[in-house]
Amino acid sequence: MNATLRVSVWRGGADGAFRDYDVPRRASQTVLDVVTYIQRALDPTLAYRFACRVGMCGSCAMTVNGAPRWTCRTHVDRVAAGGRLRIAPLANLPVIRDLVCDMREFFDKWARAGGRFHPRATRRDDFARVPPASEARKLADAGIECIGCGVCYAACDVVARVPGYLGPAALNRAWTLVQDERDAAGITRLRAVAGEAGCHACHTHMSCTERCPKHLAPTAAIAGLKRAVAAAALRGEL
Amino acid sequence: MAGPRAETLLWIAQRASAAVLALCVLVHLATMIYAVQGGLTAAEILDRTRGSFGWLAFYSLFVAAAAVHAPIGLRTVLGEWFGWRGRTRDAALALFAVVLAAMGMRAVFAVFA
Repeated sequence: MNATLRVSVWRGGADGAFRDYDVPRRASQTVLDVVTYIQRALDPTLAYRFACRVGMCGSCAMTVNGAPRWTCRTHVDRVAAGGRLRIAPLANLPVIRDLVCDMREFFDKWARAGGRFHPRATRRDDFARVPPASEARKLADAGIECIGCGVCYAACDVVARVPGYLGPAALNRAWTLVQDERDAAGITRLRAVAGEAGCHACHTHMSCTERCPKHLAPTAAIAGLKRAVAAAALRGEL
Repeated sequence: MAGPRAETLLWIAQRASAAVLALCVLVHLATMIYAVQGGLTAAEILDRTRGSFGWLAFYSLFVAAAAVHAPIGLRTVLGEWFGWRGRTRDAALALFAVVLAAMGMRAVFAVFA
């Protein structure tokens, strides 16, 4: 193990540049540890986001040596080829400053994809009992652990090419709600996710599925939406 | 950009035409391999296709599937690569579909009649 890591970090806005820092190498060091060291010991003006440090909050995703990753759970050992790290903000999102990007469009697309739960029942109704073994519940379970980190969105070639494309995370969220028997948005949501900005734009490159730190499969969710939307269209409901 | 229903029907049409094309291409290739066994002549091809309603139906289906499939795929390419969306794109591609169908059917009738 080299005693020192050479780390290039993106500084500035969209027209910024990489700046190099030397960071002491430690055992079990994560990429977030490296960024935190730079901010605390070398350059307090460095802007970056993090909160939980344990892979729950989804706020620390960055581009590490060319690939989007959650930095708090990415060990330097796994990614620092030749003792070098290159850390940039997530792709496909506007850079605010340094490693911080503007996530508004990412989350606005969740809303546009019908990502809000629309309850069928009221507070006066009894609890819904959803059988854990039911097919719909299993399908919802498969996608429900999304932490909204934006890694899939940054990894997606279609997002890069089609600015209005809702993206893997928003579509995955919509799919979990389509499978939620307590939800009443039904056809409204299927309309929201159909078309050139929705599930039909997906090319099944599977970069989202490959990169998702939670090992979810947004590609499968999008394929499910394509089937659900097609069935609704053939029934004349869309 | 068309509405969700139209977009979805286009998607279904492209997938369905792809399934038809897969079968047609297989039959087409198998026939070619079979037909060239004893050398290939125009007379032999015309002998097989002229007056054959079976081959007329097969190649008409082939042409129809291609005329449906190609413009929908091209539509996505034009949207993604050149940002060309909206009615002008769809009108141009409808014309492209008609041209494909007309050229294909012209060839089909040339070997049938």
